[in-house]
Amino acid sequence: MDLTTAQAWLKRFFALIEEHKAYLSELDNPIGDGDHGHNMARGAKAAEEALQAQTPTSLEGLFKSVGMSLLSKVGGASGPLYGSVFLAFANEVKGQEVIENPQQLFAAGLDAIVRRGKASVGEKTMVDVWSPFVEKLAEGVSLEDVEAMVLATKPLKATKGRAAYVGARSIGHIDPGSYSSGLFFKAYLKELA
Amino acid sequence: MQGIVIVSHAYGIAEGLKSLLLEIVKDVPITTAGGLDEHTIGTNLPRVTQAIEENEASTLHVFYDLGSALMNVEMAAELTEKTLIIHKSALVEGAFIAAAMMMSKASAESITEELKRLNVK
Ligand SMILES: Nc1ncnc2c1ncn2[C@@H]1O[C@H](COP(=O)(O)OP(=O)(O)OP(=O)(O)O)[C@@H](O)[C@H]1O
Ligand SMILES: [Mg+2]
Repeated sequence: MDLTTAQAWLKRFFALIEEHKAYLSELDNPIGDGDHGHNMARGAKAAEEALQAQTPTSLEGLFKSVGMSLLSKVGGASGPLYGSVFLAFANEVKGQEVIENPQQLFAAGLDAIVRRGKASVGEKTMVDVWSPFVEKLAEGVSLEDVEAMVLATKPLKATKGRAAYVGARSIGHIDPGSYSSGLFFKAYLKELA
Repeated sequence: MQGIVIVSHAYGIAEGLKSLLLEIVKDVPITTAGGLDEHTIGTNLPRVTQAIEENEASTLHVFYDLGSALMNVEMAAELTEKTLIIHKSALVEGAFIAAAMMMSKASAESITEELKRLNVK
């Protein structure tokens, strides 16, 4: 994946966020504060504006710009989490014309999420889709796989993030951050296809 | 010099707590990162960083509320030259006791030790 394709990937992701904004916030209602869609849409808009104002000339520049926009504009936990993902991506692709090792890229993103949020697998956070996605990437992962990973967060009981405050009542709801991460992966897979 | 930084999702909480502290302290620098702005709930890195850098003190006791507040504080801590002590105590009680102890010239260590009693996070 080169700069142009990576730009198309992120553009597609931002469009998906905008499209699913209401649904993402709806998912956040029963187990959080109902703002995940709004938070992400605010970040996506800021990121697009920054990219328009200054067109990136490298993969590193692209990821760095998006990371900084998300860090400063999102306003919820997804800000520092996705922001750290993109800064880790930027660091990973330093000097690369094309993304040389996608699995390593996503693994660096996952590491950044874990470092920032300190969640492990099974705590009903975006880690629960990032982790299996990274694992499956080497052998090939489909849109259906991503869908299944997102749905698998439903029966989990939240022990991290805002959803942890509602404890057992978080069971039976899809984790909003996992859903938006699913959109991120789907945008990536579609752009590769 | 020691100072206090208050990080809350709500502008009103951060400012309100600051007023509460100013009732009992005079010379303690207190800065806030409350909400994304006056009307929007949330926390973000630039506002936390600003509260840290604007504070006159170089040793800062940081008090925060929920979820992303801590993530942003920890990111800001990695970016600043200042010494940050991030307290897991109840926001209002923790900040109040820290302020009172600073008035009686308590050391950062003794404040930190005292506040452990109030840990809720
Ligand atoms: N500690 C964490 N580790 C990993 N992911 C997390 C963590 N905390 C929250 N999340 C993810 O963030 C999503 C919520 O994002 P959102 O933008 O709604 O932030 P929020 O929880 O409302 O933020 P805040 O903490 O400011 O209230 C969750 O669905 C979850 O996937
Ligand atoms: Mg939320």
